[in-house]
Amino acid sequence: MYAFDEPGSPPQFCEEYDLTVTVNGCLYQRRIPVRLLLSDFLRHELHLTGTHVGCEHGVCGCCTVLLNGEAVRSCLLLAVQVDNMALTTIEGLAGSAEELHPIQRAFQEKHALQCGFCTPGFIMSVHAFLHEHPDPDERQIRQGLAGNLCRCTGYQNIVEAVKLAARYLRSSQSQKEEA
Amino acid sequence: MATRWFGAPVQRSEDPRLLRGRGTYVDDIDLPEMVHAAVLRSPYAHARIKRIDASAARALPGVHLVLTAEDLGELLEPSPLLVPHPALTQPRTQLPLARDEVHYAGAAVAFVVAEDRYLAEDALELIDVDYEPLPVVASLEQAAAEGAPLVHADVPGNVAAHLVQRVGDPEGVMASAPHVLRERFVMERGSAMPMEGRGVVARWDPHEGMLTCWMSTQGPIPIRNGLAAMFRLPEHKVRVVAPDVGGGFGTKIMMFYPEEILTPLAALRLGRPVKWIEDRAEHFLSANQERGQIHDVEYAFDDQGILLAVRDVFLHDTGAYTPYGIIVPIITACTLPGPYRLRHYYSEFKVLYTNKVPVSPYRGAGRPHAVFVMERIMDRIAAELGLDPLEVRSRNFIRPDEFPWDVGLVYQDGGPTIYDSGNYQAGLERLKEALGYEQFREEQRRAREQGRYLGIGVACYVEGTGIGPYEGAQVRVESDGRVYVSTGVTTQGQAHQTTFAQIVADQLGVDPRDVLVTTGDSQAFYWGVGTFASRAATVAGSAIHLAAVKVREKAKQVAADLFEASPEDIELADGKVFVRDAPHRALTLGQVAIASNPLRYSYGENARKLMQMQLAGPRPGPALPEERGGPGLEATAFYSPPRGTFASGVHGAIVEVDPRTGMVTFLKYVAVHDCGRVINPLVVEGQVHGGVAQGIGGAFYERLVFNEEGQLLNGSFMDYLLPTVEEIPPLQVEHVETPSPLNPLGVKGAGEAGTIPVAALFASALDDALAPFGLRIREMPLDPCLLQQLLKEHQNT
Repeated sequence: MYAFDEPGSPPQFCEEYDLTVTVNGCLYQRRIPVRLLLSDFLRHELHLTGTHVGCEHGVCGCCTVLLNGEAVRSCLLLAVQVDNMALTTIEGLAGSAEELHPIQRAFQEKHALQCGFCTPGFIMSVHAFLHEHPDPDERQIRQGLAGNLCRCTGYQNIVEAVKLAARYLRSSQSQKEEA
Repeated sequence: MATRWFGAPVQRSEDPRLLRGRGTYVDDIDLPEMVHAAVLRSPYAHARIKRIDASAARALPGVHLVLTAEDLGELLEPSPLLVPHPALTQPRTQLPLARDEVHYAGAAVAFVVAEDRYLAEDALELIDVDYEPLPVVASLEQAAAEGAPLVHADVPGNVAAHLVQRVGDPEGVMASAPHVLRERFVMERGSAMPMEGRGVVARWDPHEGMLTCWMSTQGPIPIRNGLAAMFRLPEHKVRVVAPDVGGGFGTKIMMFYPEEILTPLAALRLGRPVKWIEDRAEHFLSANQERGQIHDVEYAFDDQGILLAVRDVFLHDTGAYTPYGIIVPIITACTLPGPYRLRHYYSEFKVLYTNKVPVSPYRGAGRPHAVFVMERIMDRIAAELGLDPLEVRSRNFIRPDEFPWDVGLVYQDGGPTIYDSGNYQAGLERLKEALGYEQFREEQRRAREQGRYLGIGVACYVEGTGIGPYEGAQVRVESDGRVYVSTGVTTQGQAHQTTFAQIVADQLGVDPRDVLVTTGDSQAFYWGVGTFASRAATVAGSAIHLAAVKVREKAKQVAADLFEASPEDIELADGKVFVRDAPHRALTLGQVAIASNPLRYSYGENARKLMQMQLAGPRPGPALPEERGGPGLEATAFYSPPRGTFASGVHGAIVEVDPRTGMVTFLKYVAVHDCGRVINPLVVEGQVHGGVAQGIGGAFYERLVFNEEGQLLNGSFMDYLLPTVEEIPPLQVEHVETPSPLNPLGVKGAGEAGTIPVAALFASALDDALAPFGLRIREMPLDPCLLQQLLKEHQNT
């Protein structure tokens, strides 16, 4: 990533990097500044603006995406750190443009969003959480989502939505198993 | 009418887009050739600017523009004073960029535009500003002190405003009252903290001669008017759009934040679109804050617990400027009487400058402070007389047959403070039951035996909502049969696209999904004010209703001609228009829309079907009969409320306090809420939930801490704690519906209510839980450390 000009001189860092990354199943190759945050890369290079930036210091969770299936904060990563990895963003969650993912459906049915700014981050966190805890109780849900801030809903309906989403996902899982 | 949508829990039409990440917030707007701005902010709370050298920044490759005060020409004007008031004798508003002096840490000093944001921030570091620090006023106490430094050299005593209001004869009543007490209550600053910060994208289109600005704001139309004046453009050549807005809570109703002028200015100068997005660190330093007040209150009551008189003298911290006049302290003064029959009341406040971020309304806007004071009084009366605190409240309530109730004060809109309707006892009864009030004492006693400290707290409030001056709306049915609505208010999460559609759907007999609502676009609707003061549903909702009624009447006229029937016999239902007794022979609303526009050529399936139907030909005379008032199924209406409508509520909670750690946990929370008729219970409950969560933040977590240099010490989410899902308990919301007689829908505002009583009930619950220690809470917000410290101090005295 960097090269020395000549022995004894201070190291000269490359300013740009050729990044290869899979996002929502599409392979992208881009030359990017090495200091570019992953959140800015997704939003401004790939125009995947569903990933929001709420604090840029890793607390609010608005920018949560899945990196190799795990929830990460894209504002705390440099884009170069995800070289050759696979990401999922909110845009990649539902199977098609018409349908909603069960978690998204549950959020709508339970009125779990108002301004919608924190929502994609929540949904990505919930996705990772329900993968780990397919049948969570309320305490687990509240612990599991404590890393995402919402300023509109008071969280009540988000908790209800997660319970409903868990039910939806479990029933589609059992349907798959039966088939 | 087949279905009634008003009052139904309709799912939000906003959601599918937002859930897929397909919203359009300001930072999502990406235009060709766009360049990016960053703001250099003062590191000092008070300093003289001796020199600014921006030459190195200007020379950095990729930097397009650097603006300092001297580059602004005639735009270097203080922002307008939004709400002047005779008592505000020393108003001061902000320049777009500081010249000569900075008055708070975070004030904008220079504006840099570069190829990207990273580069723009690099350039900020190359700007050399020579500051000479000046003495700082960092707190209200300090601002009020004898010989205090001056925030503005020409404002003696830091006093921006001084207002006295008097009802009845408080001094006379106090002189002869059986009980008189005096206390001091202190409220410290918090911040609205919407998850999306502020932001502006501006584009100048030389072909259209049009300046377009997308802003994360609650008031695009006033901003449009201001920008047009500043840039000497016709108003209709400035378009200001509030697209999806990621929360506002008051802090985004400002005119002007510096960046709202500087970003369009840069776009005009460069001929390229410019984007400025506030980051969270900036938001802590430059987005308006609220809540700092100190109250010295004296109150008199009799042996039955009837409140006889109140004398409240308070200081209000306005920060470095008074952009919003003295709206917040006026609301405090007018909210203080609450639901009680207070007939002798003296209110006096001084608005003081401090070297801190300017103050403008934040959800609740002066009300949480007032409710805190009054509800502390009610609890104290109960404690002094050994009465039940709820019984004391009941004895003092205004009764349902006493409305309209004139409080005797001048409200924030300049009109009288008259409560239009309410039923406070009904709310309290509902709360008692939902909270299990009667059973609680036993539970508390058992817990105490186990060394646990449980407490119950209750707080009542009355909230002025739905103030004028007015809002308007246009409703139009297009040939496809869908209904398009536009209004000047904005939406930052309140589901207006759904609730406004419900209002229209009832009038036009259509499904709300076929009603498409545009808010916050100055080109879609020219007139209006904005979404603040819990007014959108009341004022814009009423205007929309009136416009929809007009459209319905017009549809009846047009259909009556086609069916050769009388307009009174025409019905609209299920998207169809028909003669009451002949529903089989129906037109679609789209077909009536086509017929209402006497064209020679109309297109589409609806038009073809219309042609095939055997309907009456046009009447003789003009193609567009006079009484139709114009072509199309379209109407515009405005609604201007006679005065504000007063919502109310009572919240109660059971908490557990750990006296060793100062930690408090909510075990149960019930909010009983009366916002008149409810348009959509899902939405109203959501508003209450969110308000309560913010209230809990403002009661126990969110305190902005400034040091004596006026530096914010907790300016990040690591240190300024927004409540997470772990801090907010399950919330139970109960509705009482007392319709407002003032507007055609019978509605009252609901947006701010949830926040208003929380700090008061929190204090009440802590007092109750810590009764064995005899502690009385007199400040907000608290936090675990502060509570522990209060307990320690109390035990030492």
